[in-house]
This record gives sequence, structure tokens and C-alpha cells, in this order.
Amino acid sequence: MAQGSLAPAESPALSPGPLSGPQPANLGDILERVLDKGIVIAGDIRVNLLDIELLTIKLRLVIASLDTASQVGINWWQADPWLSADAANGSNRRALEEENRQLRSRVKALEARSRDDG
Amino acid sequence: MTADGGWVWMYGVTGDNAEPFADGVAGVGGVGGSLPRTITAARLTAVVGDVGDREYGEAALRRNLEDLDWLARTARAHHTVLEVVAKRGPVVPMRLATLFASDAGVTGTLQERADDFREALSVISARSEWGVKAYAVRPADPAGEPGHQAAGREGPATGPGAAYLQRRRAQLTASKDARAEALASARTVYAELGRFAVLSRLYPPQAPDLAGQQAPMVLNAAYLVADERVGEFAAAVDDLTVRHRFVQLTLTGPWPAYSFTGDGDGPGPR
Repeated sequence: MAQGSLAPAESPALSPGPLSGPQPANLGDILERVLDKGIVIAGDIRVNLLDIELLTIKLRLVIASLDTASQVGINWWQADPWLSADAANGSNRRALEEENRQLRSRVKALEARSRDDG
Repeated sequence: MTADGGWVWMYGVTGDNAEPFADGVAGVGGVGGSLPRTITAARLTAVVGDVGDREYGEAALRRNLEDLDWLARTARAHHTVLEVVAKRGPVVPMRLATLFASDAGVTGTLQERADDFREALSVISARSEWGVKAYAVRPADPAGEPGHQAAGREGPATGPGAAYLQRRRAQLTASKDARAEALASARTVYAELGRFAVLSRLYPPQAPDLAGQQAPMVLNAAYLVADERVGEFAAAVDDLTVRHRFVQLTLTGPWPAYSFTGDGDGPGPR
């Protein structure tokens, strides 16, 4: 990793507190919450759980890129057996990393577009 | 499927306070563009919306959930409705894509799970969720970096090649030490802020691109904070920002209490 890249590209204003306005929620903040959290109710449409797991794994890789994590030495979710079974598999991981790169650039484009819209 | 060929999308469950929703949820366009409405049973109120089978039926949903564009749009709509509801009182958010064939299904769920909903509501009542992230940054004052001290101890270089290697080693040491410092700060910050919160949980750090940041994220935490302690909590975030030079902190919220209402039987990591 290059020396200068530890510095933020665009310095965000430090949060001065809720009264003067915290940071707006980004797409990742929303997705990690609406997909994983909340009471689980079995509705009348049962989306195949396997499908949802695949979806969520993809998002996990988008949200928490493995390379970023190893750079800073944080691996909280790698201890997560639900994810690490796939993440640990070598060739599969390369494919996922490639997909991760593509997804990340798409998310970035979407974020930029939604900023323009908003 | 409902009589008119659609499905009932469930956003969340709130207490028996349907009256504020008589006008719809403040004119907010919900998922699929339909106005959210409410269904009341067992002294609970479900906030729901009507969605079409072509986009939200089982087969379509499975396809659409894999489409990041659709997912982003839908997640934002789901979140926006919950945000509006949460401003009026505690709401237990449903996971994305909780769909029923009819209002009767929603009513049945409210009745069957009434105790779970009430318990979840009591946990989040008069409390709000806040997100705190920490990014690893290099302090503005280079003299304060551990690497500079390490370089100093090694004495003067004896040639251009050695000088280069020494400089490079010092840079690498500084970089490594800065990360170690940032990581240590992240753990301290997480623990210290916990003192002002009722509950806390960790999310995996987000990738730099997604977070709109180049600096590596070293902490991504959520806290459930009592309303009367929110000021204290925010002040603590500011204070920690000043005291820990190797991390930059950001605060988001208040969030609907997504992170503190789960019942633990879902497919996602806990």
C-alpha cells in the first residue's frame, strides 16, 4: 500500500455532534442494516434462503473488502463461520474478489448518481 | 397474492398509535412508489405498502435482489419510510422484502408475534441508534509519528543506498505503527463509547470506495443510546476524536433501531 493512501482523499468534516448534523447515511450503512437486521418474520413469500445468503455474501464482500481488512489487521468477520467458509476457499475467493471489484465500482456509480439526483 | 394481484410489503411494527398515520406516512413514497398505510391488531401497528406481483412476486424478487441497482433503490425506499415512522416513536424494522399475500397475513403475524414485538419495542423505546465509524489517518504533525523516532534511533546513514533503505524502512515502520495506533484507538473508542450506550454491536468495516473514503475504516459500530444521553454520547465522540490522533471519527444517526431488534433466527451473521 502506498504511503500517501492512508490519508483521506477528501477529508470529511469531523462530526460536531447530532445537533449540528451528523454525516448522512451512505448506501453501505443502509444495506448492512436492512438486509441483516431487524426481527425476522416469515412472510408469505419465501425467497430461497440460499439465494439470500449468496446475495448477502456478495454484499459483505462489497461492504467489507478483505484486502482493506487485512491491511489494517482487522478480521472481526473472518471469525464469522457463515462468511469465512467461502472467503477461505482460494480459487472461489479470487472469483469473488473480481466480482467484488465490479460490484464496488457499480455501487460507487450508483452512489454518485443518487447524489446527483438528491 | 392480494385480490388485485399484488403483495403487502411490511416495513415495520410500531405501538398502538395508528392515529398519526391516518394521513398516510407523511406523503412518503414507499417501495414500488405506493403510499404506506397501516394495519392494526393486538394493540400493534404494522406499517405496510402495496406492491405489484410483476416486480415483487417470488420469481421477480429473487431476480431483483441480485440486481444492485434495484436493491439500492428498494433499500433506500424501505429505509426512508422507517426513518419517518421512527421520528414518531419506536419502530421494529422488518428485514428487506418481508411480504404477505394479504392484510390478513399481516394481522395474523401481529397476533402471533405480539409478545416478541412488544419486547423489542420496549428495548428501543426512548432510545435511538447511532453509528460511529473510525478511519485510520496520519496525524497532521509528522514529528508525532512513531516512525520518526525509530529512524532517529538508527543513527546517520553511511551512503546514498543505505540512506534510501533507511528512509524506506522508517516509512514502512511509520506506516505500520500508524495502523497499529489506529487499531488500538478503534478498540479504545469502541469501549469508551459503550459507557454512554445501553447496547452496542460491531459491523465489519466498509470498503473505502463504498464509504466514499480512501482512508481504511478500522471501526464500524452501532450504539443504542438513551434519548437523554445522546448529547453526552456525541460530546464523547468529539472528545475521543481530539484525543486519538490516528483515527478520524464520524457519527451517523439517529437510525431506526435496526441493529437492536433482531431475534437471532435469520440467515445473516449475528
